Amino acid sequence: MAPAIEISGLVKTFGPTRALDGLDLAVERGEVHGFLGPNGAGKSTTIRVLLGLLRSDGGEARLLDGDPWADAVALHRRLAYVPGDVNLWPNLTGGEAIDVLGRLRGGLDPRRRAALLDRFELDPAKKGRTYSKGNRQKVALVAALAADVELLILDEPTSGLDPLMEEVFRACVEERRAAGTTVLLSSHILAEVEALGDRVTIIRAGRAVESGTLADLRHLTRTSIVAETERAPVGLEALAGVHDLHVQGDRARFDVDTSHLDEALRRLTRFGVRSLTSQPPTLEELFLRHYGDDLGGASPDGASPDGAARDGATAR
Amino acid sequence: MQLTGTSALARFAARRDRRLIAGCVVALVLVVLASSSSLKSLYPTAADRAKVAATLQDNPAVIALRGPARGLDTIGGLIAFQLGANGAVAVALLSLLLTGRYTRTEEERGRTELVRAAAVGRYAPPTAAVALVAAVDLVIGLGVAGALLAIGQPLAGSLALGASFAATGVVFAAVAAVTAQITESARAAHGLAAAVLGIAYVLRAAGDVGDGTLSWLSPIGWGQATRPFAGERWWPLLLSLVAAALLLGIAFALLARRDLGSGLIAPRPGSPVAGPRLATPVGLALRLQRGALMGWTVGLLLLGGAGVVDAVLATTFVLGALVAAGFAIQSVLRLRGEESTGRAEPVLATAIGRRRWAGGHLAIAFGGAVIVQLATGVGTGVAYAARTGDAGQVLRLTGAALGQLPAVWVLAGLAAACFGLAPRLGVVAWLALAGAVIVALLGPLLSLPDAVVDLSPFSHSPSLPGGSADPGTLVALTAVAAVLVAVGLAALGRRDISSGA
Repeated sequence: MAPAIEISGLVKTFGPTRALDGLDLAVERGEVHGFLGPNGAGKSTTIRVLLGLLRSDGGEARLLDGDPWADAVALHRRLAYVPGDVNLWPNLTGGEAIDVLGRLRGGLDPRRRAALLDRFELDPAKKGRTYSKGNRQKVALVAALAADVELLILDEPTSGLDPLMEEVFRACVEERRAAGTTVLLSSHILAEVEALGDRVTIIRAGRAVESGTLADLRHLTRTSIVAETERAPVGLEALAGVHDLHVQGDRARFDVDTSHLDEALRRLTRFGVRSLTSQPPTLEELFLRHYGDDLGGASPDGASPDGAARDGATAR
Repeated sequence: MQLTGTSALARFAARRDRRLIAGCVVALVLVVLASSSSLKSLYPTAADRAKVAATLQDNPAVIALRGPARGLDTIGGLIAFQLGANGAVAVALLSLLLTGRYTRTEEERGRTELVRAAAVGRYAPPTAAVALVAAVDLVIGLGVAGALLAIGQPLAGSLALGASFAATGVVFAAVAAVTAQITESARAAHGLAAAVLGIAYVLRAAGDVGDGTLSWLSPIGWGQATRPFAGERWWPLLLSLVAAALLLGIAFALLARRDLGSGLIAPRPGSPVAGPRLATPVGLALRLQRGALMGWTVGLLLLGGAGVVDAVLATTFVLGALVAAGFAIQSVLRLRGEESTGRAEPVLATAIGRRRWAGGHLAIAFGGAVIVQLATGVGTGVAYAARTGDAGQVLRLTGAALGQLPAVWVLAGLAAACFGLAPRLGVVAWLALAGAVIVALLGPLLSLPDAVVDLSPFSHSPSLPGGSADPGTLVALTAVAAVLVAVGLAALGRRDISSGA
């Protein structure tokens, strides 16, 4: 069976802006695929191409073995979508909106609808105009999760949800995964993707910069080590892959590229390890590494005037 | 200090809506100028005026619609009689809509919360709204007075008519400030204020036909009591100002007793499930548009009933058809609203294709046009039948109104084509309607060349009743509308759907 989503070299331009600039993305059937990137990276544009709302300017996109533009209606029967910014009809109740969206797709499971309303603690009798951001999001989530579909496309689905509701959302996604549903989960909340994602694609400026399982990606990053040894450790600075080394007496703190972790630990044990904490890399760090140069580019300019002003104030 | 920030808010609102406000003011003043100068050229001599006055001043139906007949032997008196009531209603409507826009709409959207979290007093938003709208009303009043002076009318009467418009506007701005406290939804607040305006109109009509007592309960009556061009009196203006101040006080008192975001009347819960008809493209479009459709239908029913007393039936039908075209265009452009707010996106992500989605709204626009045209016909027919005692007129005039339908559809089709090609082109349909209005109402006055007149679909409509209908022309107009719709749907299938964000 072909992958649920297969995109290669996708290009979408808006006037002079290249929103998607040769994007590649592959989502296998049955996986939860984290689609990560900051605002403006092209996540929503990709999703809107997949939904046949935008026409691509180049490259290939296949969705559930169909053409997202030409076969939109047939494909939409097999998927459900939650937008990141849900806007409801002001004079329809939440329950009506759920039913409208569900039935226009081809029906939803009434028992699952009732159970989801209960779990998300959503009052379906209120008018759309009276819902808060979080409640509007819940309406879209219930409409999508109550549908019996092969693919869920979720575009920053938890924006506006409180942590308790985010837990409910995660449980629901887990259940759908267990039932064999494929999920494309676009997010900039790393913890969410880390908790749910089987595989992750990180995009930046309309291009995929990293893609793989979380384990694969961790391999590309650094592990933080704090160690206490019997004798003061020496020679760590000579090892390949060791960064930000701080040695204070018998305590050493450093980051090491995960591919060089073994050598670093071998070296440490020579000095008699008394305690060791190692922190695996988080997606956060992975993310920062890919966007780090943006921050690096910004911080000297951003920080120095501030710092200079503070220095100036102390001098006076 | 509960009024802190009032002037900043008023200036901000003025800045935000400067084009809208300027457009409304200019349009109102131009309509007054155009209709006054046409009245002046229609009845140039005292003998002409005496003749028309004789037909008007003893007809209770005319009095009920226009108000007391005073000074009809002068051009000014005729102008005040023909324009006074409708002008006051137009200014009142503008005032209540703008006031509601700056108060309850802002609160409903959550922006009042942001504003009130700043150093802004509790009473500042309604006060700023009423103050700004009062300033707009004043400018309209001065513009109207200026327009009348420009066509050579006496100063006192010109000022009195302008002032009566402005005063009525200020009262209804204050009415809207009160209704904005009552309901949670801006639409309901607007509806409530408009209902008060309707009651004021009916009270004035009943009073003017009767002994005049009831007219003193109506702000529109206070305006007309200034007697422009018929021995002006200024003190009734004070009634309006006092009433506006009292109403604003009531708004303050209500505001102090409620939570931000809530109203005095809690909204009823709606249905937790959708009915079977709602979950279809046409059913959804009907639900979203039914309020507007009902409003336009009632409006055209009344316009039809009112138009009959002017005896120029064909003009009423053209006017009604232009209003119906306004309905049809805004109905088609609901599609644009659905797209730009992002509400179209989840619908288009279901198994509803773009054409079926658009088709739902187009069905309401084109079918709704039939309903509002029927309303014009039935309204005119019933009023005419009541006057002549000939029930057959209802059917004849309803048929005549339907003769205008293909031309209405052409403009609706133009709106559909524009939306399909690019949502921002929707304004082209409105410009086309404005052009059709100018051709229909001012064409003879401006002696426009035939080529320009022929551009308007309404120039090809049969001038019924009286004239004859050419089936070929009606079929051709309908075909043009169909082609425009087809172009719109084909283009919609090819373009990007813009995102709500």
